[in-house]
Amino acid sequence: MSRLDTAQVRTVLYEGPGSLPIQPDARSRIMTALLDKGFAVTSLRGRAHVTALPRDFLLVLGRFTGNPPLLDGSVAMRFQQIDGMDAASVVEAAEKLHDGTGAVKAGTWKPWFPVIDFRRCTNCMQCLSFCLFDVYGVSAKGKIQVRNQDNCKTDCPACSRVCPEVAIMFPKYRHGPINGDQVSEDDTRREAMKVDISALLGGDVYSLLRDRSAKAKSRFSKERDDERALKERQNCLLKLQKEMDIPMEVLASLPSPDEIRAKAEQAAARGREALAAPTSAEVS
Amino acid sequence: MSTTPLHILYCHCAFARVVPADVKSGVLSRLAASSVEFEAVPDLCEMSARRDPRLAELASAESLRIAACFPRAVHGLFEAAGCCLPESARILNMRTDPAEKVAGELIAERAA
Repeated sequence: MSRLDTAQVRTVLYEGPGSLPIQPDARSRIMTALLDKGFAVTSLRGRAHVTALPRDFLLVLGRFTGNPPLLDGSVAMRFQQIDGMDAASVVEAAEKLHDGTGAVKAGTWKPWFPVIDFRRCTNCMQCLSFCLFDVYGVSAKGKIQVRNQDNCKTDCPACSRVCPEVAIMFPKYRHGPINGDQVSEDDTRREAMKVDISALLGGDVYSLLRDRSAKAKSRFSKERDDERALKERQNCLLKLQKEMDIPMEVLASLPSPDEIRAKAEQAAARGREALAAPTSAEVS
Repeated sequence: MSTTPLHILYCHCAFARVVPADVKSGVLSRLAASSVEFEAVPDLCEMSARRDPRLAELASAESLRIAACFPRAVHGLFEAAGCCLPESARILNMRTDPAEKVAGELIAERAA
């Protein structure tokens, strides 16, 4: 099961009937502390509806003056009196509840994954063919989709660089247009990263990696110069890292050349199949 | 509790350093000091990845205001979660705009 399918603990800062108001400074400190620890906070001052998944847990925080307010019982809830508690103590209460639920600890995964701008995407499937980590899939209607977000390699924006339409975003990336900033005419004209890769590598990235690896192996076997082979590989990886802004950890963890070739061929076949039969059953 | 939908969403972008900390704290403190109800989430990207049903509820709300990052990215995140933001949704960018402007637009329009 993906970590994205697990329960969450959410909080509600309740200041409606039956609960005294919280001072603005204290309210801000409590909310900041909870958010920093990965807890969502719904600020309720009186009337509101709270939506949550049935698997989630809700911690309702308030300066309750009597019985807790009546809430929709579709979610597991706990009420916490916070009168006299500072922000750290409130967070402690939330974490205590969290520890008893078995929910995944917030912040253990940096949410880094591609987001497709479907106003630009032409469904060319190049991203599907490029990604080695099965992040992409195809919907039942033959449309590219991001399927396994948590398979994505943190801080690696490589697939966005092969998109000829500049349609792939990583919202946490430093620079535009990959971070979601507007796409300029220059970005479009350059067909940004697709051109970069071709120009940079003189072919596709997989071919380059295969060639480099083969050369390194050859040198190693002929000269038994592992130091030189390692340097060759490092040079190749550094070039990729620098020009494509791919973390070294990602490059260092790439599958073997044979696996890369096999994966690329499989992904390309999936893409072709989806484009040829857009209404076929979902491709996994 | 009534079923009045929430109309303000604040993203804390807690797991990255792309939104200036002073902007985040400035927006949050102004929201907290106001009388508005709002939804504050640690990370909108994570909500999208989880296909959190709250996104669909927010997308269906009238006069939705979101304090997060680039509008193109926010639209994409909602779409990835299976719900499209209406054209009327207003997205305020904490990566580029100061806290005063973001909070002012969130709160002022809410009060209007």
